[in-house]
Amino acid sequence: MNLTLKIWRQKGPQSKGKMVEYKVTEISEHMSFLEMMDVLNEQLTNKDEEPVAFDHDCREGICGMCSMYINGEAHGPDRGVTTCQLHMRMFKDGDTITIEPFRAKAFPVIKDLVIDRSSFERIQQAGGFISVNTSGNTQDANAIPIDKHAADTAMDAATCIGCGACVASCKNSSAMLFVGAKVSQYALLPQGQVEATDRVKNMVAQMDLEGFGNCTNTGACEVECPKGISLENIARMNREFFAASIKG
Amino acid sequence: MSGFLNSSIGRKYTMALSAFFLMIFILQHFAINILSVLSPDTFNETSHFMGTNALVQYGLQPVLLFGVVYHFVMGFILEIKNRNARAISYAKNNGAANSTWMSRNMIWSGGFILVFLIIHFLDFWFPEINTKYIQGDMSGLLADGEGYRYYEELTHKFEPIWRVALYCLGFVFLSLHLLHGFSSAFQSVGANNKYTKGLKGFGKAYAVLIPLGFIFIALFHHFNH
Repeated sequence: MNLTLKIWRQKGPQSKGKMVEYKVTEISEHMSFLEMMDVLNEQLTNKDEEPVAFDHDCREGICGMCSMYINGEAHGPDRGVTTCQLHMRMFKDGDTITIEPFRAKAFPVIKDLVIDRSSFERIQQAGGFISVNTSGNTQDANAIPIDKHAADTAMDAATCIGCGACVASCKNSSAMLFVGAKVSQYALLPQGQVEATDRVKNMVAQMDLEGFGNCTNTGACEVECPKGISLENIARMNREFFAASIKG
Repeated sequence: MSGFLNSSIGRKYTMALSAFFLMIFILQHFAINILSVLSPDTFNETSHFMGTNALVQYGLQPVLLFGVVYHFVMGFILEIKNRNARAISYAKNNGAANSTWMSRNMIWSGGFILVFLIIHFLDFWFPEINTKYIQGDMSGLLADGEGYRYYEELTHKFEPIWRVALYCLGFVFLSLHLLHGFSSAFQSVGANNKYTKGLKGFGKAYAVLIPLGFIFIALFHHFNH
């Protein structure tokens, strides 16, 4: 396949970026999107041009690092995949593909397609954990009976890889699907109950502080999420937050 | 609770609660208005009761006005905050791939409803307040004293075709707003469970049938008077 790529280029966090057009040739339909980017960067390097900076690590849909907004959608036109799992067979020979970084005030661009998602880490640090004594006398997790449905739903929420596609897809740049998933994975389990009140209050406060927008329930985040995190998690977080606020 | 009300989720809750109140009000408004088609006398009597009852006038009416103003003001505040949350827009954004037009354009449908509401207030509410509380005429009677004035005033307003067209357009935007707003309000207060699918279906029926009913009333009076 021969393709035209329109890619956001930005030298650094303070620089003014712009869309730059490139041509790539001899792209196999069996390649992943990131492999196609590798081919582009090889071509650019051979021409002594600056390669396009983009995030990637595991390249198997687990790490949540790849974060490209492809043809107007987070992680591209396929469903339930990250950018690294997106295959070039989703495109046709001669296509023009627009590639941008995930855009949100809370996700500032570091360079080209690389963004700073440390706002997610600060939200996690605000309450996305349980306090357990791990000094050698930890209780066996299986000793605590947990309802199967609750365990499954908590596991579903815990599959969130924190890639930020929810924020990127939301017209309001809201992080509520991410925070909802992180709140839910603890709220559904007995181990999460002890710190439940402080957890949801602190995580929501940090989310607001980071400058994410307000959710208006468009559902775009749920559709674009590579891990299929459900809107039910946002509803659960809303209930948890309301109950926590009443408790004081 | 001040922390709750100033939080993003707290604002979602208050937007949803004001939406619930307004949706119940719209249903009640429709129930009274359809009486003008079914029985003009009953419509007159009900209108007179609603217009002179102390609980309605001094209790529910201020709550309604607060609900309307709050929903619009908070809607615009949230829209500004949300736009500020993304400094640079996407060069290419395919919103239709993951969400409905109605959900992405609540501010526009809401804005048109606000324009419609201003016209509606100028047509009915302000003249009503003027008659009752400025001129002091609480009788609800026609100038000649022959019966109540409410039905006459209603049918008179729907004589010009431009006003009927404007009202129909206003109800179309109300329908578009409700098609997302109804189920969105439930999601905002945390109601997402096994009943959600049925609730969404009911919400769609409400969002289509109620505005369609209002359009029918406007057209009925235009073509019958």
